[in-house]
Amino acid sequence: MTGPVLARAAALIVLTAAVALFPLAAGTYPVKLLQEILIWGIFAMSLDLLMGFAGMVSFGHSAFFGIGAYTAALLLPKFPGLLAALVAPAVAAGLGALVIGFFSIRVSGVYFIMLTLAFSQMFYAVAFQNAFLGAEDGLVGIPRPAVLGMSIGSTGAFHAYLLVIAIVCALFLWRVVRSPFGHVLRGIHENEARMQAVGYPVNRYKLAAFVIAGMLAGVAGSLYTQFVGSISPSAFLWTTSGEALLMVIIGGTGTLFGGILGAGAFILLQSLVSSYTERWMLILGLTFVLLVLFAPGGIVGALRGRVGLRA
Amino acid sequence: MAGSDLFAQALNGLSYGVLLFLLSVGLTLIFGMLDVVNLAHGSYYMLGAYAGLALIAATGNFWLALAVAPLAVGVVGIVVERTCLRPLYRRGPLDQVLLTFGLIYVFEDLVKWIWGGRIRSIPTPELLASSVNVWGAVIPSYRLFVIAFGLVMAIGLWLVIEKTRLGAIIRAGVYDSEMTAGMGINIHRVFTLVFAFGAALAGLSGVIAGPIQSAYPPMGASILIPALIVVVVGGLGSLKGSLAGSLLIGQAETFGKAWLPGASMLIIYVVMAVVLLMRPQGLFGRALK
Repeated sequence: MTGPVLARAAALIVLTAAVALFPLAAGTYPVKLLQEILIWGIFAMSLDLLMGFAGMVSFGHSAFFGIGAYTAALLLPKFPGLLAALVAPAVAAGLGALVIGFFSIRVSGVYFIMLTLAFSQMFYAVAFQNAFLGAEDGLVGIPRPAVLGMSIGSTGAFHAYLLVIAIVCALFLWRVVRSPFGHVLRGIHENEARMQAVGYPVNRYKLAAFVIAGMLAGVAGSLYTQFVGSISPSAFLWTTSGEALLMVIIGGTGTLFGGILGAGAFILLQSLVSSYTERWMLILGLTFVLLVLFAPGGIVGALRGRVGLRA
Repeated sequence: MAGSDLFAQALNGLSYGVLLFLLSVGLTLIFGMLDVVNLAHGSYYMLGAYAGLALIAATGNFWLALAVAPLAVGVVGIVVERTCLRPLYRRGPLDQVLLTFGLIYVFEDLVKWIWGGRIRSIPTPELLASSVNVWGAVIPSYRLFVIAFGLVMAIGLWLVIEKTRLGAIIRAGVYDSEMTAGMGINIHRVFTLVFAFGAALAGLSGVIAGPIQSAYPPMGASILIPALIVVVVGGLGSLKGSLAGSLLIGQAETFGKAWLPGASMLIIYVVMAVVLLMRPQGLFGRALK
C-alpha cells in the first residue's frame, strides 16, 4: 500500500510544483487559462462534494458562486483585505446555502434538481433588476485584495495566491470526505432510509454538506471576481451550474480532484475549439451528450479502468 | 389602474398562461411517465418558433405553419427519445437530466447556425392583425385567438386523457409504468408517443408565441424556467395542476410587470415559494414519496 501512496504523493507534488512554476515558463494567455482552471476547479470540487458524495445533484450551485462573487465585488473596493476577499464571501454564500438548503433538502432526485435550479434563477432575477447590484451590467472595477499588506496585482503574485487557496480548498474537502462526516454522507448516498433507521439525522447532514459546498462555491465566485475584475448577473445563470456539472462529470463524479481535471479539460477544450470555430456550444453540448451516454465515469473513471488506478 | 386596463392585463396574462400550459403539459406528462425532467423542453418551443418561421417564409401561410411545424418538432422528439433517452432508462433519472441539458446547447447552436443569432419577428396572420374593443379595452385579435385556442386545446387534452383508451394507458403509465407494462401494454411505444406529443405541443406553443414574442435562439432556455415553475407549483405529473399553475404564473408574471416593474422577475419565485411552503407536492400533486 505504501508504494502507490508514495508514488501518488510524489506525482501530486510534481504537479503542484509545475502549476506553481508555470508563469515562469509560459506567456500571459496560458497562465490566465491555468488560473481560470484553478478557480473553476474549486467550484467543481465543491459541487462534487454534493453530487459524488452526498448524492445531491444540484442545478443551483451557481447561486453560491454568484453570492460570493457579488459579496466580494461590493466589499473589496472599501475593504481590500482577505476578510472581504475570502471570509465574507464564504459566510454570505454559506448563509444563502442554509436558506436554499432548508427548502430544498426536504425533497430529493429530480425535485431537488428543479428546486435548486429555480432558486438560483431567483438570485439571477434579483441581481438583474437591482440597481444597487448594478442591474444587468453588474459591478465593474473590482480591485484585487492586499494579502498581509502585499499587493497581489501582478500575475505572478495572484497566481501564487490562487494556487495556495486552491490547495487549501482541495485539502479541506479531502479531509471532509475522509472524516466520519464524509462517511455518513456516502452512507446517505447509498441508502438514505437505512441511515435514517440507524439513527443519523439525515437532513441535518445533508444541510451541512450543502452549506459547506456553498461556502467553497462562494470562495470560487469571489476569486472569479478578483480574476476578471468585474461580475455580471450571468454568474447566477443556471447554465453556470450546468457547466460546473459537466466539469464534475468530465473529471469523474465522486473523485473530488477529478473536478480540477474536468475544469481543465473544459476550459482547454473551450479555448481550443473557439479558436477554430464559432460552434463551441454545439461541441460542448455534444460532449455532454456523448459523455453521459458512453463515459459516465469521466476521466478518472477511464484512468481507473485502463491503468488500474485505485482511489 | 382603470378597470379596462386591468381587464387588458388579465387577458395578456391569460394568453401567456396558455403558452405556458402547452409547454408544461408535455413537461409534466413526460416527467410523470418517463421520470425524466426534460430540460430540453424549451428547445422544442424554440424549434417550433423557427420551424414556423421557415414555413411561413416558404409558403406565406401561418395556418399551414401552425399545423406542420409541431409535427416536425414531434419527429425531432421521436428521434431524441429513441436515440438518446432510451439507452438511459435503466440508469438513474439524473443522467437523463444531464443529457437533456447537453441537448439545449446542441439545439440552440444549430438554430444559430441555420437562422443566425438575431431576433426574427414572425408576422401576425392577416385575419387576426386587427384589434377589438372589449369593455373599453383594446385587445389585439391575435391574443383572443391564442386564449380561445388554448381553451380548445385544454378541453381536447382533457377529453383524450380522461375519455379514451390511449388516455387511460397514459394515466396508468404515469401512476405506475412497470405495472402498466405488466398488463401487456407496449410501454416503450407509449413512452415514445408521449415524448413526441409533448415535444409537438411545445413546438405548437412556439409557433403561437412567434407573433407575440418573436423568435430568438435563447428563447428556449428562458421559457424553460417559468415552465418548470408551473410544473412545481401545479404538481408533477398532473394535467389539472399544469393548467392551474400556468394560469396562476401567467397572471403573476403579467401583473408583476405592470405593478412592480422593479421586481417583476422575482414574483413567480415568490409564488413558487409560498405554494411549496403550504403544499410541498404542488397544488394538484400526489404526496411526495
